[in-house]
Amino acid sequence: MTSPAIRIQGLKKNFGASEIIRGVDLDIHRGERHAIIGPNGAGKSTLFHLISARLPFSSGAIELKGENVVGLKPFQINRKGLSRSFQITNIFHNLSVFENLRCAVLWSLGYRYSFWQRLASLKDARLRAEQVMEDIGLGKRRDTPAGILSYAEQRALEIGITIASGADVILLDEPTAGMSNTETEEAVALIRRVTEGKTLVMVEHDMGVVFGLADRISVLVYGQIIATDTPAAIRCNAAVQEAYLGTSLNHD
Amino acid sequence: MEFVAISLLNGITYGLLLFMLSSGLTLIFSMMGILNFAHASFYMLGAYFAYQISTWVGFWPGLLVAPLLVGAVGALIERYGLRRAHRFGHVAELLFTFGLAFVVEELVHLIWGKSSVDYKIPVELDGALFTLFGTDFPIYKGFMMLVSVGMLVALYALLTRTRIGLIIQAALTKPDMVEALGHNVPRIFMLVFGGGTALAGLAGVIGGNAFITEPGMAAAVGSIVFVIVVVGGLGSLGGAFIASLLIGCIQTFSVALSISITDVFALVGITLPDGSQVARLTITQLAPVLPYLLMVAILIFRPRGLMGSRES
Amino acid sequence: MNPALLSRGRLAVWGGCLALAFALPLVLKSGFVISLLCQIGIMVVFSLSYNMLLGQTGLLSFGHAVYYGLGAFATMHLLNAIGKGGGPLTTALLPFAGGLAGLAAGVLLGYVTTRKAGTTFAMITLGIGEMVAACSLMFPAVFGGEGGVSGNRVVGKETVLGFSWGPQVEMYGLIVLWAFACTVAMFALTQTPLGRIANAVRDNPERAEFVGYDTERVRFLMVILSGFFAGIAGGLSALNYEIVTAETLNAHTSGVVLLIAFVGGIGFFYGPIIGAILVTVMQIVIGGMTHAWLLYFGLFFLFMVLVAPGGIASLIAVQRALWQAGLFRRMLPHYLAVALPVLVLLAGLVGLIELGYALLSGDAGVGAGDTATKVLGMQLHLNAPGPWLTALAVTGIGLMLTRWIGGRLGVAWNATLATLHGDKQ
Repeated sequence: MTSPAIRIQGLKKNFGASEIIRGVDLDIHRGERHAIIGPNGAGKSTLFHLISARLPFSSGAIELKGENVVGLKPFQINRKGLSRSFQITNIFHNLSVFENLRCAVLWSLGYRYSFWQRLASLKDARLRAEQVMEDIGLGKRRDTPAGILSYAEQRALEIGITIASGADVILLDEPTAGMSNTETEEAVALIRRVTEGKTLVMVEHDMGVVFGLADRISVLVYGQIIATDTPAAIRCNAAVQEAYLGTSLNHD
Repeated sequence: MEFVAISLLNGITYGLLLFMLSSGLTLIFSMMGILNFAHASFYMLGAYFAYQISTWVGFWPGLLVAPLLVGAVGALIERYGLRRAHRFGHVAELLFTFGLAFVVEELVHLIWGKSSVDYKIPVELDGALFTLFGTDFPIYKGFMMLVSVGMLVALYALLTRTRIGLIIQAALTKPDMVEALGHNVPRIFMLVFGGGTALAGLAGVIGGNAFITEPGMAAAVGSIVFVIVVVGGLGSLGGAFIASLLIGCIQTFSVALSISITDVFALVGITLPDGSQVARLTITQLAPVLPYLLMVAILIFRPRGLMGSRES
Repeated sequence: MNPALLSRGRLAVWGGCLALAFALPLVLKSGFVISLLCQIGIMVVFSLSYNMLLGQTGLLSFGHAVYYGLGAFATMHLLNAIGKGGGPLTTALLPFAGGLAGLAAGVLLGYVTTRKAGTTFAMITLGIGEMVAACSLMFPAVFGGEGGVSGNRVVGKETVLGFSWGPQVEMYGLIVLWAFACTVAMFALTQTPLGRIANAVRDNPERAEFVGYDTERVRFLMVILSGFFAGIAGGLSALNYEIVTAETLNAHTSGVVLLIAFVGGIGFFYGPIIGAILVTVMQIVIGGMTHAWLLYFGLFFLFMVLVAPGGIASLIAVQRALWQAGLFRRMLPHYLAVALPVLVLLAGLVGLIELGYALLSGDAGVGAGDTATKVLGMQLHLNAPGPWLTALAVTGIGLMLTRWIGGRLGVAWNATLATLHGDKQ
């Protein structure tokens, strides 16, 4: 049996005296689409920051594809095949859409810190960036600086940068936040398309998106996972119902 | 023993003066995110204003008026310059203060000339306060200590006991929240900038005649103050305090030590090969470099500074 | 978008610049102009190398002169060490050694400075710069103390292709070759993976980490490479002036290169070139006319920070975009309308500054105003209120008119920009 894509054991995180993540154990299987839901302030984004090494954690262990990744820096984790997006759009504002994506593929194609090769002659980087650009539907915006794209376009670019390197474990932090219904539908289709065959972990508030996309769902409440199961089982889980008191999981 | 005692007193006096500068710089930085490159220029302005006032009406009125004038100039610059530069981001703000330092130096050249001015210690404060191991400790040094400590207490009281101080403390951590509460944050920024520069001005008033009042004084002190802020930890008042005293003492002690590097190594039993230029350097000659070496060491071994909390 | 380094258009621009640079001394034969051109060539390389940090990587450095100065000292010492054993060809290649010295300094100092970015980086570079400057005064054997180190760029009696580099115009040719080669190399660097990732690190270091890049390493490499080119510029200055003083590596020199790059425009590759030309010419021309030159320069810099933080290059770029969109004609009357009040305001300000300068630090010192003093070519009595009131009135009128007409310019400007961006989207 292969090791899980991500294995989290006894993960804890304190900010000063307050404990935000209070002992999380979670296995993300390879190739599954896993959603993490929970009320505001439950620590979902913090959990992402810990997995991607944006923040150091207080205790516990994280394995990525069977490998211990504790203490690695974000770029080292990224090189091991884990890529993430951000809740607040995090792109290269002054670079064009194409350059944003090309920057995202350079390391994975092995160009490292090269200053002896011309970018224009790197055909594989260009093709890969153009491929992603088409995938996320920004082909017409190729030379537009990312900073002046519309919000939905920036969100698409955010996902594009995240998947461009070809990482096989993808973390998406609220990919549809702030989108209209139509935009959300497009984003879901996009996510489905570009994460085909990969492991996807996402934090999401939109239950329609969650139940439409996820193979399994984990519910995070006050820094602890109270349930991990299939969407159908989560829907009827009593503990989850209680945590979401007053909000229905069946609203759509 | 006598050397240590006298140097320690001198070091603390100088360190307290440095803290008057670094505390203002730290307050401005942590509240507004602006590294005021021109901070030492306000120190210089304080000295020159006090000199000018002393030629008209004597030292004492200048002690009060010069810092207020400097603070007013600072507040005006914040209102009509920095606030505008703020729209273009932190680099623009930093560049603005950099240009400001440049312009202030040129203005000082223009108004008071390129050489030093004769800014004297008032006669009342001339002479020895007490004699320690046969060495006089000047009254003026004691006066500098008094003013610095008085300022420190006042600043502490202002920050912890007054309404504006509490708002400033709140704004230090959450500027947006304070604005949401209905406080006029831009005006608080102006006050903080004016206050910080007034502190620098006061340091200039009492430092200008203790040392020398000349157009190069801003550049000389400015880089030391930056070293203090880095060593103490960016944005930490406590760190700035410790680092100020530390650097003040290092500077005073090293200037007074005439043993060479060879001698230092000889003390621990190592004999350096004779003749190399480095080995013959005395600690006194090394004095100007020591603060920077300390900064490099801190950066390598404790990058966030002595008491800093932020990593970047 | 044409990504090729040697597209036809680009080749024409590069070739044109090179040809122009070589043709200038044929037209402007005065020795004064040729020295000026030499100085510009050196500053072009130096400020471009500076912009590799500020414009391309987002690193604001206050200590860039360290690399320039160490390159200069290395070149000078090597020149003196080779002495009679060398020849013009060796001399011509010496700036490369300066570059290597700058590179080595970049490795050593960059290791410390690039651990941080942003404001802290700026402070640390200032401290490191001060440290090196202080060191330079401690080792007179290496840095020559107050007098500096001098040498003679003409080595032996041989020539290479008839050049000994002795005459200034030959030195100019050498500078043009080096400056051209460095400019091409620095431009090429912007078109490499490292160059692009440096932009990414400038825009968003956090994101760069999450696409696999160690931002500290990127900054480090850029500092090293930029140190290399700054070292070459220093080497050229050593050959050109035949003297290197401790001033070449102090904070003042670091400040000047920052001002040049910023005024020219850090957002564009060619910005620092414009800055180098403009500032050097202004320095020589205005500096020759008034003692208050540095004050004017500082005020000009502050003005640019507040009004055009993109520098002159960005102003040019916007005008070009307006022109291409056919909107330039809409703005032209406003530009012309605002020119007059601005000139009036400038005249008033210059009058005030020059009067003040004459009064306070005139040759005869304070109090010399009793007799007529020459200010701006006029014989004026400085103690009489007349000249002062006139200058003040002119400034006031200029200020009022500028605010009034400038406000209308601003409205028109915003409207035109809105149209421009509206058309684009």
